[in-house]
Amino acid sequence: MSGEAAAMPASVTPAAAARLRASVQGWLLLLPAAALLALFTHYPTIATFWHSFFSTPKGARGSVFVGMDNYRQMIDDPIFWQVLKNNAYFALGTIPLSIGLALLMAVWVNGRLAGKGALRLAYFTPTVLPMIAVANIWLFFYTPQYGLFEQVVGAFGFTAPNFLGTKDTVLASLIVVAVWKEAGFFMIFYLAALQQMSPSLAEAAAIEGASRWYFFRRVTFPLLMPTTLFVLVNAIINSFRLVDHIVVMTKGGPDNASALLLYYVYEVGFRFWDSAYAAALTMVLLLMLGALAVGQFLFLDRKVHYR
Amino acid sequence: MTPGRQSPFGLALETAAAWLLAIVWVMPLVYAIWTAFHPSEFATRFALTAPLTLQNFRNAWDAAPFARYFLNTTLLVAMVLAVQLVLCTLAAYAFARFEFWGRDVAFILVLVQLMIMPEVLLVENYRTMSVLGILDTLPAIGLPYMASAFGIFLLRQTFKTIPKELEEAARVEGASALQILMKVYVPLAKPVYLAFALVSVSFHWNNFLWPLVVTNSVTSRPLTVGLQVFSSTDQGIDWSIITAATIMTTAPLLIAFLLFQRQFVQSFMRAGIR
Repeated sequence: MSGEAAAMPASVTPAAAARLRASVQGWLLLLPAAALLALFTHYPTIATFWHSFFSTPKGARGSVFVGMDNYRQMIDDPIFWQVLKNNAYFALGTIPLSIGLALLMAVWVNGRLAGKGALRLAYFTPTVLPMIAVANIWLFFYTPQYGLFEQVVGAFGFTAPNFLGTKDTVLASLIVVAVWKEAGFFMIFYLAALQQMSPSLAEAAAIEGASRWYFFRRVTFPLLMPTTLFVLVNAIINSFRLVDHIVVMTKGGPDNASALLLYYVYEVGFRFWDSAYAAALTMVLLLMLGALAVGQFLFLDRKVHYR
Repeated sequence: MTPGRQSPFGLALETAAAWLLAIVWVMPLVYAIWTAFHPSEFATRFALTAPLTLQNFRNAWDAAPFARYFLNTTLLVAMVLAVQLVLCTLAAYAFARFEFWGRDVAFILVLVQLMIMPEVLLVENYRTMSVLGILDTLPAIGLPYMASAFGIFLLRQTFKTIPKELEEAARVEGASALQILMKVYVPLAKPVYLAFALVSVSFHWNNFLWPLVVTNSVTSRPLTVGLQVFSSTDQGIDWSIITAATIMTTAPLLIAFLLFQRQFVQSFMRAGIR
């Protein structure tokens, strides 16, 4: 490119040459990051789509084109539907609860309660722990005949249910763990937004004699809407992305009652080594994340976060 | 901000509720620490006379190569952060201050990674690592995360707020693009670098699923995977030892957090305001 420009000095204005130089420099600066992103984000996304139309190579038999077979297998796979349902319940249980608690925590920590610093520390600490450590700790609590819950319930003369071993309670038990881990993280975003809010709003409300609840409902909460949407998107992504605790606590059991979509992808891909079917399952995950991206693009005020 | 009117009774009630929630929130961790520091017969029994012990930690340390796991995680975290800082700085500078062909499309392609994080693509990334012949190595764990869309985004926002006049002044003095970046932009973005570093270190110290998939030997396993291997092998499930191992692997990050909690919280807040 630059050789070309040098060869035709008469037709290239200085402004055009400067533009060209900026273009080349810009791309050179971007190149290392772009190459890694292309190799580990864009290429695998496309390769997943491609490989989902092929069979898994078995022994001497290589991978062959099978059209929609992997997707047909998926539609006939009761575990897939079970896992999808689990993921929906898990998201519906985790997201509103953790966002609600995060908002409450942020308002408290930002207010004039005694010991704010200690409160903030207490709420935020689970966020710095690895999910895997969190899962180990909670696994211990949930252990039948021994764990913390058995001790608490046992003190009143009852027997605690086998939380992780029963189909009806396992998902709820995992939701509790996820909420404990995530609420403090989302609190930080609300706290940041609250601290940017003008104090004159509260002063005006105080002069008008507005109650605390009224002020929150009519002023604070609407002003926090962009933060809520941002947190919501992150919470949805996390509900698809974070399955560490399932590996530790239940391995998807009992009877797949606690398997989430990504965990099932992991199981199919790395325990049954069926990479073709895992690719088809990953496509579902990618489609959902894609839909989320489009939704965010269409419905969120992009100026709030991306400018 | 001091919100509207509030009766003293209401304030007391709210304070009590906030503290109750805080106690519920720290209970699991406090309980785990209790179990780790007491003999196993006191694992679930609370007695003020229970003797303190470090034996659980000693047993855990002897039962698995935790020293190696610590080394692996430290190397991994340092390597990922070092590469991220360089790549993200360069890319963010390009996006913030250069008019180049295809810039807006390229930026959207970068943001894709915020939605589709590397762990979602583990089947294909595993295949890539296998083709590259680097399965079961530290670089394989780190590579998919090194071009961090989050880091590029965060630094681009910061660079955009730096007045162009500063850059022009440096240019007049004959500084090249890279010199301008190093002398003008990077020093002014220091707090953001700290914020990004803290977020990145805690993410990679804690990351689990992708390292679990891509490693299978002691020489490359990070702490999280090592802890999982340790606690899932049938060694008679001694909760005191497992809890001790859990506390031990978490301790460096937890202690750093407790010491520098103001910086941590502010960094996470800074990373959150975009």
